[in-house]
Amino acid sequence: MVEIGLYSPASFGRVFRKAQSALQRSNGVERGHADRTATERTMDRHIVDSAETERLNALLVRVGRERDREAFIALFHHFAPRLKSYLQRLGVDAGGADEIVQDVMVSVWRRADSYDPALSAAGTWVFTIARNRRIDVLRRERRPEIDPDDPALVPDPVDPADRAVELEQDTERLHRAIRTLPPEQAELLRMAYFEDKPHSVIAAERNLPLGTVKSRLRLALARLRKAMGEE
Amino acid sequence: MTPLSMPETAGHQAPVHHPGDELLVAYASGNLAEAASLAVATHLALCPRCRHEVNRLEALGGALLDQMPAAPVGDDLLARIMGQLDAPAPVTPRPLPANTDARTDARRAKPAERPLLPQPLRGYVGGDLSALSWRRVMRGVEEAEVKCGPADGESGAKVRLLRIKGGMAMPQHTHGGSELTLVLAGGFTDATDHYLRGDFAETDNSVDHQPVADAGEDCICLTVTDAPLRLTGTLGRLLNPFIKF
Ligand SMILES: [Zn+2]
Repeated sequence: MVEIGLYSPASFGRVFRKAQSALQRSNGVERGHADRTATERTMDRHIVDSAETERLNALLVRVGRERDREAFIALFHHFAPRLKSYLQRLGVDAGGADEIVQDVMVSVWRRADSYDPALSAAGTWVFTIARNRRIDVLRRERRPEIDPDDPALVPDPVDPADRAVELEQDTERLHRAIRTLPPEQAELLRMAYFEDKPHSVIAAERNLPLGTVKSRLRLALARLRKAMGEE
Repeated sequence: MTPLSMPETAGHQAPVHHPGDELLVAYASGNLAEAASLAVATHLALCPRCRHEVNRLEALGGALLDQMPAAPVGDDLLARIMGQLDAPAPVTPRPLPANTDARTDARRAKPAERPLLPQPLRGYVGGDLSALSWRRVMRGVEEAEVKCGPADGESGAKVRLLRIKGGMAMPQHTHGGSELTLVLAGGFTDATDHYLRGDFAETDNSVDHQPVADAGEDCICLTVTDAPLRLTGTLGRLLNPFIKF
């Protein structure tokens, strides 16, 4: 078991004091959309199939290769509102979230030429930029990462090209698998990704034994791995 | 201590002990503090399996982001962003530490002289092993602190390299918090498990353990602790008043 100290300090709470407790936060996001119809919500969750993945990837490639502003605006309309949700769920207020979304989208524009659709879906690539940005802005920490050119790096025995072949189908399968997770597992997965706190705190807030939190996360990951055709 | 040499295969044996799901998810999602992230990322440099796993967990993050409900953004947000596209990119404000000299040397190095410390650890240390200044902790055990985390450091985690003489037993100890250990050279046995270069161990405060370094080569480990170690056992009781560990 890993305890609180190894997780990020709650320092962003100090930076964004307006944030309420995490529970109220996540409820708040849900309430904010209570007026939307169930169909709309369902459509939101169904929208990213392999055609949509392909479309987003192609837009990002066009931004990288041709500095295409129309493609960039289309990416903005897809990602900006989702990035804002993501940041608000992490406890950032609306104004602060807009500012970080701005940073992230400008980085998307500047770094798009390094995007390789054979290695990741556009959504994954944007997610990693947003993640790194919020670590920098909210936690004031650096993010230690490997250097792919490091001579001490142990090379992957599997050819990366083999890993990339079925990426688009993988992305669609992953989306479908998330949607078919039991609700309590899906919710826990979202908490693990979108709430900056260790599982012991998540467990305490939800009145769940820590073992239940851990086993739900493990079950969710096992189902997703199975859906992705491994283990 | 005996000078360290890397066995021929050292760079290519696959680790057997990996960080658990909770740590990998926390790293991929950005929820892991810098010190623990350093241990995980340095393991990733030595473990293609976990690199692949983190890629998949990032894809999961991307999918979860895609499935987020759309929140309305400020009316002028797009205009503000478009206005910024032609501005020159600022210099990266807080680059990761990188020791350029060490890196250039490393690139020229023959495989047998490959650096022992992988990135990102080498950058935090400011070079390979020779950049470290070791401090004696007790007979057969030395440590070198690694600076990690925000300058105003409030995480309380302690990052250091330990060098344990081959065959030495570490004093029996428990942890007030938890401990992450990554083996970089040599090996050790803890209870029934054997750890070699690239292997990763997580221990918590319920574990009262006494790792023993393999005979022969010195064992070098990266450790991240979020509370001071508490020594137990007779030796521990004897040592506790004298060493701050
Ligand atoms: Zn591993």
